[in-house]
Amino acid sequence: MYLYDELDRTLVAERVAEFRDQVARRLSGELTEEEFKPLRLMNGVYLQLHAYMLRIAIPYGTLSSAQMRMLAHVARRYDRNFGHFTTRQNIQFNWIKLEELPQAMADLASVGLHGMQTSGNCVRNITTDQWAGVAPDEIEDPRIWAEVLRQHLTMHPEFSFLPRKFKIALTAAAHDRAAVKVHDVGLRLHRNGAGETGFEVMVGGGLGRTPFIAKTIKPFLAKRDLLSYVEAILRVYNSFGRRDNIYKARIKILVHDLGAEAFAKEVEVEWRQIKDGPLALDPAVVDDIAARFRYPAYERLEDSPPALAAARGSDRGFDAWLANSVANHKVDGYAIVTLSLKPEGGPPGDATAEQMEAIADLADRYSFGEIRVGHEQNLVLPHVAQRDLARLWRALDASGLATPNVGLVSDIISCPGLDYCSLANTRSIPVAQEISRRFRDRDLARDLGPLHINISGCINACGHHHVGHIGILGVEKNNEEFFQITIGGRADEDAALGTLIGPAVRYADVADVVEDIVATYLELREDPQESFLHTVDRTGIEPFRERVYATR
Amino acid sequence: MTSPLQQKLKITGPVVVTANRVADGAVVYRRADGGWTTQLGGAAVATSASVAQDMLAAANVDQIRAVGAYVAPVKVAADGQMQPGNLREAIRSTGPTVDPRITF
Repeated sequence: MYLYDELDRTLVAERVAEFRDQVARRLSGELTEEEFKPLRLMNGVYLQLHAYMLRIAIPYGTLSSAQMRMLAHVARRYDRNFGHFTTRQNIQFNWIKLEELPQAMADLASVGLHGMQTSGNCVRNITTDQWAGVAPDEIEDPRIWAEVLRQHLTMHPEFSFLPRKFKIALTAAAHDRAAVKVHDVGLRLHRNGAGETGFEVMVGGGLGRTPFIAKTIKPFLAKRDLLSYVEAILRVYNSFGRRDNIYKARIKILVHDLGAEAFAKEVEVEWRQIKDGPLALDPAVVDDIAARFRYPAYERLEDSPPALAAARGSDRGFDAWLANSVANHKVDGYAIVTLSLKPEGGPPGDATAEQMEAIADLADRYSFGEIRVGHEQNLVLPHVAQRDLARLWRALDASGLATPNVGLVSDIISCPGLDYCSLANTRSIPVAQEISRRFRDRDLARDLGPLHINISGCINACGHHHVGHIGILGVEKNNEEFFQITIGGRADEDAALGTLIGPAVRYADVADVVEDIVATYLELREDPQESFLHTVDRTGIEPFRERVYATR
Repeated sequence: MTSPLQQKLKITGPVVVTANRVADGAVVYRRADGGWTTQLGGAAVATSASVAQDMLAAANVDQIRAVGAYVAPVKVAADGQMQPGNLREAIRSTGPTVDPRITF
């Protein structure tokens, strides 16, 4: 966990007081909506279809059990008893009343949570690998660098009114779990030929109506230069990014229009002027930030303890969960446990207040009080002793949090869609629910292997449909919901955009189409080890297109 | 640039003026007396663009009670019962369509 200091606490408390005053003035009519809207957006407050929505940042996806309990309290006291974890390590409450928002924010501030920079044309919540600090394949904890950036870019006056929103993600592992290549800036910590650790800097990735995979503009950036280089990128974007057309305002458009090489040159010119100034990182400052990350006092344990060996084979459900939701930890005797928020037939990413409290209790008992949020809309207990896995599984199962479908066909990423969102053209959650029900056969899901379905209810692509193995995009035609289907996308280190397989299909047909695609994969795969993505890469989309549209 | 309030409004059937209540964001509909109601059945109906435009202009003056007013289609049955005119408005009127067995 990171221990926030007095400066952070004061900042958040002052913001709550400011917002309380702004809400009072709005409710009295002193402020018009035009005046109030930018103020509420600076605090993550949107007005959606039925109510205000509050988006709360979970920096680098790390939550304490106390924070999770507070989220449960907010869900119960101010909302309809549930919250929705998003694809950017945020949580959203969909039914908050404006008149109660200041008190909800004050409650959240008491545990260091807030909605600052979760909306507006500023640098948004900086995200990273939900396994940061515990993944065996990472070279160091990327959260330290996310925190360095967070401190610098919080309320940064120069970057509070960018041409458009700006999203940064980091990874330090061989396998990218943070989707860095579809962010405005993606940072990958790695070692160069000399054995030094630094960042590969990627820029101009993003989804939405014009999707791009980020381009590398700096293969290796020394750590001391992180702030100055990111600052230079933001300055170039702030100077040259388009403000005349909201659809062309993201940095990806600028990088595309200029070309990555020309963009990199502009950044280089800017960077050379500031790289040796105050933004050059002092190792002592970084050490101080690193020291505020508190790691658990792990016991000296061995892998595969007797308690785990005894539990194996005792229950089919436990074995399935163990194989699916439990991953290796970098410390012997411990495991990383993913909690699926995708129960069969459930809304992806939702958790009830009772579930949040159960998770907080289990985190205290089994994970040193720490919880993580991943962009796949699942949660993680990052420090579970392997000897406790069977006990943990029983408790999770009792709370509906042990569905063994992580990374499988029913682990669907979905935006809120037209059921909540004022921008959406179509529903997303009911589509996910239906697909999830169709694939409730756990043996089939396991046999299919990794298969990621992403659903967005409009072209803004909050469900990241472009990078779904199967991507589903809702569009409206003559007042009716239709869905475009893509296949072959992926969000990891080999990020790629999916390919459209044909004309959009009706709402009622989407689950059937997914079943057809899956059936085609099963027929085409060379052996059970050939994944869906490998099969699509090998065959192309044609066989899938033929099958899907043969009778439509 | 033409103000949104001065832009021409095309309607192809009966419409109401709808918005969100400032205090809690709830969906509200403009009544004939200039008040707001959460019940679609209580909304004033316009069948011509000019009447709808006037209703919308009046609604937009109200900055304290409701926000984001716009014209939304409705279907009016022979007995006068009103239904939302499209899926978006149906969801606004009756809530999310998320499977009720799972919703909280």
